[in-house]
Amino acid sequence: MAETVSAAQLVARCREGDEDAWAALVERFSRYVYAIATQGFRLPQHDAEDVFQEVFAKVYERLDSLRNDEAIQPWLAQLTRRVCVDRLRSGSREEATDEPEQAADPDEDALARIDEALDVHDAMAALPENCREILDRFFARDETYRTIGEALELPAGTIASRISRCLVKLRDALEGRKAVPTRSGGQVSV
Amino acid sequence: MSAFNEDRLAELIAALPPAPEAWVRAAQELPIARSQFDGIIARAEADAEFRQALIADLEATLAHEGYEPKRPLVDELRKHLADS
Repeated sequence: MAETVSAAQLVARCREGDEDAWAALVERFSRYVYAIATQGFRLPQHDAEDVFQEVFAKVYERLDSLRNDEAIQPWLAQLTRRVCVDRLRSGSREEATDEPEQAADPDEDALARIDEALDVHDAMAALPENCREILDRFFARDETYRTIGEALELPAGTIASRISRCLVKLRDALEGRKAVPTRSGGQVSV
Repeated sequence: MSAFNEDRLAELIAALPPAPEAWVRAAQELPIARSQFDGIIARAEADAEFRQALIADLEATLAHEGYEPKRPLVDELRKHLADS
């Protein structure tokens, strides 16, 4: 999750055919697309996987049409929403008539939380690597103190206090950042 | 943006779990898949027997020809063969 270049810079490099930049762009936004599909639209894993691959395939094909590289995130969010809605609608058509139709309406609270979570993860990327790792492993990957301790070669008894210190650093980093406008609901040309 | 107390931060970090590694890897390999796709389609257009083999058993034909038959290459080829 180390992020030394901006998403806009990655987009520009992708457009020049830089495959490493493409891999980094996918890595940067993979959790975001996954979360929109599984939490925002509550898609089951097999549908979420199709959406995930379709979104990145469309991004790869259409990157040249993105008019403002800074808008990659709202563009990606809107694209993911559209692909999710299409998936839900096509799924509903294929359902037997006695099955309840699956709603294509997203959970807007979840989508707002996902946008905010991405800001937090962006801020985490600027923390020292040990903090980034420990917070991600404990909260996002749901690893135990013991697993984290073994992976990072740290005494398990120190993990809780390290997490607490890293959360303080993260909060300080976030409070030093400017507020970013809401993105996933924005209207961006795809 | 709401106040960032520890509980809120924990909730927001947890809100973005990693996507399955295989999905991420497949998406990262799109440029390679596209390059392979172009070569396979060009050959299928020039070689009717190869094209029939792809239609009959896509994965086996790709594997036989030395391609790893995985997403997104397989998806793209299946779609192209169905459309053409």
